[in-house]
Amino acid sequence: MILTAEEVRKIAGLARIKLSDSEVEKFRKELSVVLDYVSELEKVDTEGVEEISQVTGLENVLREDHAKLSEYRDAIIASFPERKDDFLKIKSIL
Amino acid sequence: MELAFLEISELAEKLRNKEISSVQLTKYFLKRIKEYDGASGLNSFLTVTEEEALAQALEADKILASDPHASVLTGIPYAAKDLFSTKGIRTTASSKILDQFVPVFDANVIEKLNTEKGILLGKTNLDEFAHGSSTETSAYGPSKNPWDVTRIPGGSSGGSAAAVAAGLVPFALATETGGSIRQPASLCGICGWKPTYGRVSRYGVIAMTSSNDSPGTIARSVKDLAITAEILSGHDPKDSTTSVKEIPSYVANLRSDLKGVKIGVPKEYFIPGMQPEVEARIHEAIAKLKELGAEIIEVSLPLTKYGSLVYAIVTPAEISSNLARFDGIRYGHRSDGAKDLSDIYDQSREEGFGDEAKRRILTGAYALSAGYYDAYYLKAQKVRRLLVNEFHEVFQKVDALVCASVPNVAQKIGSAKDNPLFGYIADQLNIPASMAGLPALSIPCGFAKAEDASVEMPVGLQIIGPQWGEQNIFNIGHAYQTITDWHKKYPKGFGEI
Repeated sequence: MILTAEEVRKIAGLARIKLSDSEVEKFRKELSVVLDYVSELEKVDTEGVEEISQVTGLENVLREDHAKLSEYRDAIIASFPERKDDFLKIKSIL
Repeated sequence: MELAFLEISELAEKLRNKEISSVQLTKYFLKRIKEYDGASGLNSFLTVTEEEALAQALEADKILASDPHASVLTGIPYAAKDLFSTKGIRTTASSKILDQFVPVFDANVIEKLNTEKGILLGKTNLDEFAHGSSTETSAYGPSKNPWDVTRIPGGSSGGSAAAVAAGLVPFALATETGGSIRQPASLCGICGWKPTYGRVSRYGVIAMTSSNDSPGTIARSVKDLAITAEILSGHDPKDSTTSVKEIPSYVANLRSDLKGVKIGVPKEYFIPGMQPEVEARIHEAIAKLKELGAEIIEVSLPLTKYGSLVYAIVTPAEISSNLARFDGIRYGHRSDGAKDLSDIYDQSREEGFGDEAKRRILTGAYALSAGYYDAYYLKAQKVRRLLVNEFHEVFQKVDALVCASVPNVAQKIGSAKDNPLFGYIADQLNIPASMAGLPALSIPCGFAKAEDASVEMPVGLQIIGPQWGEQNIFNIGHAYQTITDWHKKYPKGFGEI
């Protein structure tokens, strides 16, 4: 499985990571190695097998939906990278 | 007084007998950390919490003086992998993106050890976000193996393993996703416990692969592991995958013979390319288990070789999702050069993540993207079910499985560099049990020559149990340690100071 530079740029965009041209080339090669490695899974017959998503057999763990005040409010606000008063500050969105 | 390589229970006795105070013990280990660690030393600690530790020790001494029923961990120093959130103490996950991150709450297991009045000495190095098997992907440089400082300690919990192996701390918290406790424990010649998935809470552990992540411990003996297991296990409302199942009295139940115990030896775990001397040590260990009364049965687990392939899809997929939260908005690194919101995301992540994290995020994003989901992620989750079933079947016949933890001894630092498959291959004997949520141990079982014959390095015996079968593996490990002394060996060069 050989990835193209185009495909690497596309997934880097999806993953929101800026890559330089040399990084695109590096990851193109390395991802191709990983995809080759996993391709052998095709050999396992999984006809009629349902996928698993939780290995200890739990299903729908529920709890009461009670609202409560967070004890961490001020500490969380204090760790914002940029803020104005108690508001999180970001760069322009357009 | 020589204390560096004593077990938890031995130190606890000295504290009770007033031979030493917790403050003295804490100062003793802090001094060893100063002497042997740091960037030019083992580089096993990223943060040392001297002030907080001494304050905790003072408090522990008061409790020890007044409460005859104080916990066995009261006043005992420990270290925590820097993946556990610690309130008010920098927590980096060995990543630049969290270089200055100070959590506002403690992880569940840290809270538990605080309640017991354990003494946190500091936070240990790991592969960035636990992505790796050598600590070489850490943004703060690799830790070193105390048995030969030119070699890797393994990973991702390599800092925890190196620190315990060198006698810098009696035990350490660590985490596993696919070998990250067993592999470094094996390479550093100490004991590691990877719990059943859901036995120990993940709350406050920076997430890697949520369907696998299992916090556990690294220590000097199986008995020490059992002591910590009783305390760390249990249901946590903040981690809905934790179990309400009763926690056995692991320590009281330990036994020193293995009569009536059936142990399976899976032939697929003796892989081509395994170091012959490692294989020899495993066969010797199996002979010891037989001597203790166990019935040894050869079993077959044909899907073993596919474990790492399933892992190589599921893990990056969950990583790409879990690491999406590090976006430079609310906490962690925000790029100075960002001009708009989009730049904040793209550049903060570019600058903050190392190569391995990027590679895994990209692999995962690819495996989950439209058109590829069925071929990769869905296929992997189907094979994963077959793996779970295969283990379930074998545990109808045996109480536990034994095999090597790692097919080779510790390699030279630099081995993992630019090798995108290093971890998947290094951990191939650990990953299948992880994918099935099984509990497992690695315990020392001798030494083997390194590939260049320059030095003898530790070999680890792996013991795998059925889900919730911690007692089975503790019993086997403990019985083995009553008639062997491999776990009492320690590296030269870390003597009393």
